[in-house]
Amino acid sequence: MSLYATRRKRNSLATSLAWAAALFGIAWLFLILASLLYEGLRGLSLAVFTEMTPPPGSKGGLLNAIAGSLVMTAIGVAIGTPLGMLAGTYMAEYGRYTKLAMVVRFINDILLSAPSIVIGLFVYEVLVHPMGHFSGVSGAVALSLLVIPVVLRTTEDMLLLVPGSMREAAAALGAPRSHVVAHVAYRAAKAGLVTGVLLAVARVSGETAPLLFTALNNQFWSSDLLAPMASLPVVIFQFALSPYKDWQQLAWTGALLITAAVLALSITARALSAGRRKS
Amino acid sequence: MSDVALESAVARPAVTDRAKALAGIALLDRIFFQVTRAAAVIVLVILGGVILSLVLGSLPALQAFGPGFLISQSWNPVTEKFGALPAIYGTLVTSGVAMLIAVPVGLGIATFLTELCPHRLRRPIGIAIELLAGIPSIIYGIWGLFVFAPFVQTYVQPGLISLFSDVPVLSSLFAGPPYGIGMLTAGFILAIMVLPFIASISRDVFETVPPVLKEAAAGIGCTTWEMMRYVVIPYTRVGVIGGVMLALGRALGETMAVTFVIGNAHKVSPSLLAPGTTISATIANEFTEAVGDVYTSSLIALGLILFLLTFVVLAIARYMLMRLERKAA
Amino acid sequence: MISRIFTRAAIAATAFAAMTGAALALDISGAGATFPYPIYAKWAETYKKETGNGLNYQSIGSGGGIKQIKARTVTFGASDQPLKAEDLQAANLIQWPQVIGGIVPVVNLDGVAPGELVLDGPTLAKIFLGEITSWDDAAIKKLNAKAKLSATPIVVVHRSDGSGTTFNFTNYLSKVSDDWKTKVGENSAVEWPAGIGAKGNEGVANNVSNTKGAIGYVEYAYAKQNKLTYTKMINAAGKVVAPGLESFQSAAASADWAKSPGFYQIITNEPGAKSWPISAATFILLPKDSKDEAAAAEALKFFGWAFANGGKAAEELDYIPMPKTVVELIKKSWGEVKGADGKALAAH
Repeated sequence: MSLYATRRKRNSLATSLAWAAALFGIAWLFLILASLLYEGLRGLSLAVFTEMTPPPGSKGGLLNAIAGSLVMTAIGVAIGTPLGMLAGTYMAEYGRYTKLAMVVRFINDILLSAPSIVIGLFVYEVLVHPMGHFSGVSGAVALSLLVIPVVLRTTEDMLLLVPGSMREAAAALGAPRSHVVAHVAYRAAKAGLVTGVLLAVARVSGETAPLLFTALNNQFWSSDLLAPMASLPVVIFQFALSPYKDWQQLAWTGALLITAAVLALSITARALSAGRRKS
Repeated sequence: MSDVALESAVARPAVTDRAKALAGIALLDRIFFQVTRAAAVIVLVILGGVILSLVLGSLPALQAFGPGFLISQSWNPVTEKFGALPAIYGTLVTSGVAMLIAVPVGLGIATFLTELCPHRLRRPIGIAIELLAGIPSIIYGIWGLFVFAPFVQTYVQPGLISLFSDVPVLSSLFAGPPYGIGMLTAGFILAIMVLPFIASISRDVFETVPPVLKEAAAGIGCTTWEMMRYVVIPYTRVGVIGGVMLALGRALGETMAVTFVIGNAHKVSPSLLAPGTTISATIANEFTEAVGDVYTSSLIALGLILFLLTFVVLAIARYMLMRLERKAA
Repeated sequence: MISRIFTRAAIAATAFAAMTGAALALDISGAGATFPYPIYAKWAETYKKETGNGLNYQSIGSGGGIKQIKARTVTFGASDQPLKAEDLQAANLIQWPQVIGGIVPVVNLDGVAPGELVLDGPTLAKIFLGEITSWDDAAIKKLNAKAKLSATPIVVVHRSDGSGTTFNFTNYLSKVSDDWKTKVGENSAVEWPAGIGAKGNEGVANNVSNTKGAIGYVEYAYAKQNKLTYTKMINAAGKVVAPGLESFQSAAASADWAKSPGFYQIITNEPGAKSWPISAATFILLPKDSKDEAAAAEALKFFGWAFANGGKAAEELDYIPMPKTVVELIKKSWGEVKGADGKALAAH
């Protein structure tokens, strides 16, 4: 009986600890979201989307930062997606168990979580330094290097989910290999492939570290890709660490915008690939 | 396309046409294959390029300081003497603090989600945690700076300092003054940041346990705790450690969440409340303004150290998760 | 270096960009000192309204300004630590002072109003050396018989980046404390014996206003704009002075710009009963051989405009505009900035 009682006690202790852990963790995360909403919404106005980042003490918004982020993310995704997709196609369709695929798979998984600031250093060395100045292009290239691993991984995962029998059926009708991949496997995995791109956009839209010394920042509207370019995360970094109240307010609002965008992207990505669990 | 090509080829008596069409198709096939293979090779080249550029960039510093760079504590742009120890120390301490907090809590959440949570809530809470894993780190940084650090300075640290002031070892761990920002604060923010990772990976790993094992455990009268302790954890140990290592890799390389609240002091100090610095925070803060080749090169050398460190940790993590995947298959 | 391989690609890319005519409105880019950032940002905003041309100034610290202009990644650099004549020669740069300001100690203490606390150089040095750790230390009490000082621990806030503000601040501490001179020395970045590092004047101001018991040092405009508690100082003449236009002006008056090559002048711990002890000029650095002649010419135009029309805005933020005689000298020195054709770029 006493043994049974101790076991019961131990069990209830353990389960209450698990409950406590869950409450503790979730409470903190919601606390962060709550302060973000509270602080961010206070500064949300039309001006945020229509005016440039102000000098201290003036009114302004985040238009150039938002635009810069959109442009660099778009170019980064445009460079990174084809590369990641093609490489992912090789891994799933051609080289499944070859040495090359094994190595690339391993390396790619490491790149997936590699410190993004190191990517920034790399781009500084190979682009910014030789070009002689910071530029939007360098920022976009740095982002594209973060896009590749995400797209590669999801492309491979999604293509592996396409049943082999479909490929065999197409091949039996005399379709050549490239045709099978392009018209059968891709089509079957379409939603999954889009998911990969969305996840990649979500991943890079909040990235600050690689942009700090590639794109730098710009106080004004700039559509020149060879000049320094503002981006939302870098502006948040600068404004949050400043002593000016209105800058800090804009930083909170920018943080809210990024979080909202990332959550929207992730939710859309989940909805697209509903029912397919990935690790 | 191809079958059409074949049909038209069949319709004509000439075999050469058919051969031509087939050759064209074969060529297209080859090109497509080569292109995808080239893309895969490019991924390797990128990694090689990253390592190569970091090594080349850090040569001047490594030549100037030699292996002493790793254990030197000085960080002096005036005399151009740089050492990586304070940054490495801060990186390891903040990540260590983060893991101490996040691992038990993360495993608790995973246990909760797989065993205790009411069924209706499992999916929404699971999804919420996965979504939180995607929130950019700069958000954690800004929150840490404006909300968390002042709170810690006013309410938590004075208490910690006076609580442990008479305990021999702990008094030096919690020595003042209360800055609010510092290694403990940074570690805690990191912990909150990696918590969703650990929780969702551990949950996925727990779910690979065959139900029949759990049912057997329940059948012989195990409590939930005993089932976790003697069945689930032993079965998934490798995967859990892999997931934790993956989170550790993230924590080591994290920049923004830390840069806001670490205090940027190039010092090795025993107190957790003291300001410190991490490798990534040092680079983020000083890279654009580093004057002179040795200074820049020292920062790149720091980047190289960080890359190698995370590379090893992540490689171990991936290896362990791969083993578990094979087991599950 | 790998960069060599990429240089060709970069040149090709730049040439391509030049062909497609990427230039829209002419924007000039500058980077450097955070010390004059409030006034440069204000000038840039007004200038953009008047001319349509923008000036993208990134306040990344003086060390960064020097680094980026040497690497020619920006049109001009800005630094509060002037380069010596031989360094200017080596990097093929010209340098001139743009405005003068003052560096003030700022504190965060409950019940202490701006200008209420008085400090002197040796005490300030001891605080930043980490030797004085509490606000009720005898040395501070001796200077402030009336102030209510509690046993709050002192939290020292210094710069984490390469900074001309730090250069002038440590230069002053080295002049008034032998201990400081031997243990720490003067430079844009030093090995701090105590405290937390913050990025830029902005970061120091931010940290001081967020941290109870903190002390830091910032350009006066930052203290004023953010309503920080600045302290008074005891100057070289032994008088208590408050920061402000008058005391900065007095410190600047003793500088002899005409006789210093590259306008190299440090104006800390100057004599004079009214002189603020930690005053400084902030400098602009421009290449003599600009790669982008249009941008360099535009930059000179902007600074000429600022000398002519920016004085009032500067004084509103408590910066001292350069005296007219000095501006003439500066404009003469601009003749050294030449285009490829050997003609001076500055429009006189």
